[in-house]
Amino acid sequence: MATYDQVFSTLGLESWCKSAAEASSGPVSMADLLAQNAGTDMPLPSIWELPFPSMDALHESCEAFPQSRVLTKSIENGFLGIKDELSFFLDPLTQPLSWFLEGALWLFETTPWWLMIPVLLGLVLLVSQSGKLVVFVAACLLGLAFIDYYSFAVQTLAVIFVCASLCVVIGVPIGIAMSRSDRLQRAVIPILDMLQTLPPFVYLIPLIFLFSVTEPKLYGIAIILYAIVPVVRLTDLGIRLVDKDVIEAANAFGMTERQKLIKVQIPLALPNIMAGVNQTIMMSLSMVVIASLVSAPGLGVLVLRGIRNLELGVGLVAGLGIVILAVILDRTTKLALARINTSQD
Amino acid sequence: MLSGMDSGAKIAIRNLYKVFGVDPQRALKALKEEGLGKPELLERYNHVLGLQDINVDVKYGEITVIMGLSGSGKSTLIRHVNRLIDPTAGEIIFEGRDILGCSNEELRKIRREQMSMVFQNFALLPHKTVAENAALALEVRGFSRDEYIPEAEKWLDRVGLQGYAASHPHQLSGGMQQRVGIARALTSNADIMLMDEAFSALDPLIRTDMQDLLLELQQELQKTILFITHDLDEALKLADHLVILKDGRIIQQDEPQTILLEPSDPYIVDFVSDINRARVLRVRSVMDEIKPTGDINIAGEIDQEENLESIITLAQGDTRKTYLVMDGTRKVGILRMETLIKSLIPTEASDDGMRSH
Repeated sequence: MATYDQVFSTLGLESWCKSAAEASSGPVSMADLLAQNAGTDMPLPSIWELPFPSMDALHESCEAFPQSRVLTKSIENGFLGIKDELSFFLDPLTQPLSWFLEGALWLFETTPWWLMIPVLLGLVLLVSQSGKLVVFVAACLLGLAFIDYYSFAVQTLAVIFVCASLCVVIGVPIGIAMSRSDRLQRAVIPILDMLQTLPPFVYLIPLIFLFSVTEPKLYGIAIILYAIVPVVRLTDLGIRLVDKDVIEAANAFGMTERQKLIKVQIPLALPNIMAGVNQTIMMSLSMVVIASLVSAPGLGVLVLRGIRNLELGVGLVAGLGIVILAVILDRTTKLALARINTSQD
Repeated sequence: MLSGMDSGAKIAIRNLYKVFGVDPQRALKALKEEGLGKPELLERYNHVLGLQDINVDVKYGEITVIMGLSGSGKSTLIRHVNRLIDPTAGEIIFEGRDILGCSNEELRKIRREQMSMVFQNFALLPHKTVAENAALALEVRGFSRDEYIPEAEKWLDRVGLQGYAASHPHQLSGGMQQRVGIARALTSNADIMLMDEAFSALDPLIRTDMQDLLLELQQELQKTILFITHDLDEALKLADHLVILKDGRIIQQDEPQTILLEPSDPYIVDFVSDINRARVLRVRSVMDEIKPTGDINIAGEIDQEENLESIITLAQGDTRKTYLVMDGTRKVGILRMETLIKSLIPTEASDDGMRSH
């Protein structure tokens, strides 16, 4: 006897419950097995212990009623059912991502340190135009190299380089499209909200089913999905915030939509777009650590080792290395942003 | 550029209506059939009446000034001319064709080559240099940098910005930024300049400078200018033809002096009562058109286009003098200083009833 027996008997569904019970045997939980072994009918609970009429509670009264585990199971089965078709499309579509990641990792790893570090410093100088920052970055990189974390740091940089670039290449056009259509904006914003709030581990799960864990694109996709949100949002916002008077002037002088976009809207939205790029880089850095669970190389692997093997020192130093990379990337892009801002206002 | 032009209107605005709201056509129908005013339309249909039955001729080579307070619809009106705003009903005839019938492509061509615009807040592109800003219209048309930069620099020199070509707009003061705005309009080489409160954001002294610059340029270039302002002094100074707008409706349009001497509405009387009439009124409006007879003691000859202020200065304030008024070399009448002083009495003094409200 269970709590909701009465409900099914008043509705006249007893025969349906019984008939289905014989035909199927759903998944059985440990609690059920223990109850079966005990073999005694439990007394009816008092009103204070009345269980919520959930799927499991109703199942206890009527065998035909599905358990909640059937729901999760069917989602899993559904996903597995379309998995092959999905892979058929997604595999070739995302294959270039694997190539980019492999190529970038190969390039960053095979370039000797005495070439790589000056090139990186040159890049920092080019983007930030600040000698002070170059000195700081040099100290950080040489320090990481000295404690033998250079190759891990460079792998992390390679992954971020590819993923953040792709975020910009994909995200900016999406943002521009959103700024031009309110309907598209309304459709995309919930997706962005979901991507941003979904715990990063959660969208690793379907990806593991779709792609082989040995493929770089698995973590590439995870990082891009997580990090693309700010650049899309801020591109959309930046273009929508462009001074209406200037747009009116562009119209009054007969600019086409294309000219307006290239000559007015994008240049004026650039400070916002760059702020988005900065956020995107920061978020890919945080995701690259989590993605080490699915074989992403770099400092994240050391953090994971620290957790798995309880190697406190390795984990902490790797974490610090990530902080250093974050500071370098943040300062460099912020200085670039500041330069754009001063040239505009 | 002069081909096909006659002395008539360059732009003719006919029966123009603009209603803002969800269903402007329905509101417009109600407006015309029931004769509703602006407040009733807002209350009963929740639509805002922007412009109501506007008819204006913008004549070739003249400065037409549209004056009204904020909310009178003047900025809305000027945006109809190059169709930044589409009207609810009416026609805008430009060189014999209705602009409202133009395709997007034709409209762009008109905006690029025949109409330029100057904005109240300058609306310069902050990321481009002053010369690139001035050259905007030419760049949009597809000229190369080598072609448009010299042209832009020529006009920047003309508006008094020598040596600023490579600066950015934010390095310039407001007055200088608006000079860039004017240079941008002139570089496009369009015959028509639409000026939307072009000088309203500037300090009074700089504003006067800019007005003088505009008049000087106009003497030389003979553009067709539609100028919007809320400042009556500015309107009277610049206008060849003055249109006074209130609540989306034209309440008087005429030559500025006529409006000053014969205001047709208490609203305008209020407006003109604070004006320095001596500076606006010209000799021809107040002189007596009679042949001088021998017994009048003529103190000197004056031109009919001179304003009264300069005559008072000339007469050193002596009210007994009489001048001979000339149109070039032709004698057209006489001006007694006594008449001149009388004409300076504001209209409200002779028309108490009009200021009863």
